[in-house]
Amino acid sequence: MSSVWPQLEPWLAQVQKPARYIGCEDGAKAKAPDPALVSWLFTYPDAYEIGLPNQGLQILYEIINERPDARADRSYAPWIDLEAVMRAEEIPLFSVEHHTPANEFDVIAFNLSAELTYTNLVNCIDLAGIPIYSADRSLTDALVMVGGHCTFNPEPIADFVDVVVLGDGEEVVGEITDAIMSWRSTGSSERRELLRTIARVEGCYVPSFYSPRYSDDGQFLGLDALVADLPEYIEKRTIADLAEWPYPKEQLTPLTEVVHDRLNVEVFRGCTRGCRFCQAGMITRPVRERPAEQVRTMVRNGLERTGYDEVSLTSLSTADFSGIAPTVTGIMDDAEAAGCGQVSVSLPSLRVDAFGVDIAAQLQKAKRSGLTFAPEAGTWRMRQIINKLIREEDLYEAVDAAYSQGWQRVKLYFLIGLPSETDEDTLGIAELAKNCVAIGRKHNKRASVTVSIGGFVPKPFTPFQWFGQNTAPELQRKINLLRDATRRMHGVNLKWHDPKATLAEGLASRGDRRMAAVIEDVWRHGGTFQEWTEFFEVDRWLDALERAGLTVEDVVYRHRTEQEALPWDQLSAGLHKDFLWTDWEDALAEVGLPDCRWTPCYDCGACTGYGIEHVVASATPPAGGSQGTGQDLSSGNAVPVQLLERSR
Amino acid sequence: MIKLRVRYSRHGRVRFTSHRDTARIMERTFRKLRLPLVYSEGFSPRPKISFGLALSVGHESEAEYLDLDLVTPVDLEVLPQQLTAALPDGLSVEAVVPLEPGSTSLQQVITCCRWNIEILGAPPDVVTAAVAALVAAPERFLERERKGKSTVVDVRPAILELEVMGPTDGGVQLMAILATEVLSLRPSELVRTLGTELREGRVCRTHQWTNADGARIEPIPLRGTSDLQVDKADASLSDAARLAEVRAS
Repeated sequence: MSSVWPQLEPWLAQVQKPARYIGCEDGAKAKAPDPALVSWLFTYPDAYEIGLPNQGLQILYEIINERPDARADRSYAPWIDLEAVMRAEEIPLFSVEHHTPANEFDVIAFNLSAELTYTNLVNCIDLAGIPIYSADRSLTDALVMVGGHCTFNPEPIADFVDVVVLGDGEEVVGEITDAIMSWRSTGSSERRELLRTIARVEGCYVPSFYSPRYSDDGQFLGLDALVADLPEYIEKRTIADLAEWPYPKEQLTPLTEVVHDRLNVEVFRGCTRGCRFCQAGMITRPVRERPAEQVRTMVRNGLERTGYDEVSLTSLSTADFSGIAPTVTGIMDDAEAAGCGQVSVSLPSLRVDAFGVDIAAQLQKAKRSGLTFAPEAGTWRMRQIINKLIREEDLYEAVDAAYSQGWQRVKLYFLIGLPSETDEDTLGIAELAKNCVAIGRKHNKRASVTVSIGGFVPKPFTPFQWFGQNTAPELQRKINLLRDATRRMHGVNLKWHDPKATLAEGLASRGDRRMAAVIEDVWRHGGTFQEWTEFFEVDRWLDALERAGLTVEDVVYRHRTEQEALPWDQLSAGLHKDFLWTDWEDALAEVGLPDCRWTPCYDCGACTGYGIEHVVASATPPAGGSQGTGQDLSSGNAVPVQLLERSR
Repeated sequence: MIKLRVRYSRHGRVRFTSHRDTARIMERTFRKLRLPLVYSEGFSPRPKISFGLALSVGHESEAEYLDLDLVTPVDLEVLPQQLTAALPDGLSVEAVVPLEPGSTSLQQVITCCRWNIEILGAPPDVVTAAVAALVAAPERFLERERKGKSTVVDVRPAILELEVMGPTDGGVQLMAILATEVLSLRPSELVRTLGTELREGRVCRTHQWTNADGARIEPIPLRGTSDLQVDKADASLSDAARLAEVRAS
């Protein structure tokens, strides 16, 4: 394998933040290039500072490098200034460890965590010197694979990729490595044979083996298999027990500033709170907790190894972790005993109904970080529809706890554009914010609330997948309502996401294969780094859509019907489609659904279909209880539950 | 409480980090080694570490400094090796010495720095002529921006010494001693002063000096280097620098 370093180095002093391109992170693996090994290039298609902390990528990077028959490097999208140099000097996309050209790897595996990175995906493939359409590739080209949450509807990017991997990657990356090795041993020189071998690995979808069918009036009807012996559905992969995968063992510590620049330890995967807008909660079921003792060990080792003074306990709803309070106490005790000094623990994704004075007091012992709650909707009616059953009192108690423990500013997240939302629901957001500030001012005269508003994008494999997204002008109107309502509210700061970007995200979220032409068009017109406000231009998307003969109305704004084929019907996250439809009907009827972790199973399909179960250490729900069961909404009451055994 | 002064070098790939990056790396490394750091009081306690003059992104150095406070003494004999082992490749701690309480801060004591600057973009004779002209000039005005304001300044007084050392691969090696006070000049500004067609190649700070009754003194002299005279061999990369290069490639 060669290195582009000699070509690259003279230019680095002339580009912004060149430390993005030098590797050298603590924890980086330097397994030497060797053609006998299966080589992976894990790539995050956005800037280094966004991509480096990605835990999924780091986990797979370690797992592959631990194998004797494989090795992995990493790569990130070069910033536009370096891209210009690379195109002028003919420097291909490269790995940060060995500066090896991307196309010298067997596999380039992209993590897709945000739909607006799709144009960067295309740009990275092109910078690698690989044809952007999989149909145009030859045997010498690396396999382009994608994984991550976005791949539950891979159709918009299906024509650009060779293999789509669904679900948890821990086991499947090894199986794909085995498949490549076994294909190599046959001496085959057929790329198609290689793809067939990989298609036999569970969780792997090869889009080129299927062809979309449309009606005469352009409606998507389904995918036709072009190859025999393909599974009926591509099922996602799920690791049964997180305890068997204590990764990353050596989290990368970057030399330069990145987002989430701290130790991150995943405390559980999956969430069954059942928030109907939340794709992550639907596609990562069931709940698999990491044993508290392992969490403590990983935190202790991680802090000692990296020198970080902050650890984040990550999950989709960390306050739901069994025994979260003693775990936090234990972490702080360990750090002090080990002489690590003052360590702060941050708990992202805190539910307000589980946040009390006790946790607030724990967190404020060390350096106080920001505190964010996500009530998501402004009225109880709306929160019933989205199944986020937290009461107004829960929110007020949580912010009271926060302000009483010395926080001066609290951040609240809300969605607008939810199903059946009225202006009363929208304005309820302002009302909640005002009341929170009033509570804060009892403790601190300068107490304030930052309200962050996002436009709702319906996602595949959620009960809201049939819902027609609010138009960009409608979202803007709701933002204006809130802006006017909060203008005179002292202490309330309103921030919002650009509704035009929400529109583009909608295009990429539920589109079918015809979106490939749109994504290519946006990319060809310079539309990379679309997650970055300074580079986003909605007109690029709208013009491209028109040139492709598609409409926003059809792709984004239209309500889907129960009967119609959805572009992701060939794939499965384990969830029964009729469960999702019933939950959608329940939503419109304003009926809540309990959290099945602590209440009997309602057979969504995620456990039963794969023969796996929740792994939860505590039979008792945290303060706030298991939502939706009526009697348990008052904080702290236990509900009768079935205790599920650990799988091992 | 004790105060320590650390001298370290920066070579190879890690030279592309910023001053802030280096500060973060150092702080994490001190915590990795469980040094008994002294923390500031208040809402967001920070360890008491003060860094000397900033080193530009892309520049190497043989002589960087920082001061830190510790609650209790540590073994200074082994500390440099321990720190170097815990730091990324290319950052090496050369020496650590205790400081008298009440010592002046690093930013205030340094009066000038010695640099090796590789000049690209013109043949050696052109560069040599430009250097000779600049050295002979009584004054030289340069437009520069500091804190968002553009001013025209006579930068000639900040150029204390300037000499052509010889050719490099594709360029010319200069040695420059540039003042850091009262008027300061950066290597990139020196290159611009020499000629707008010139570009800077590899740049390495070899010394930072304080002024003691007219003599140049390093905050921490290393064994085998002399403060008062500059060895010509020093103009090329040192052994440590070459080693870092080999490790990084």
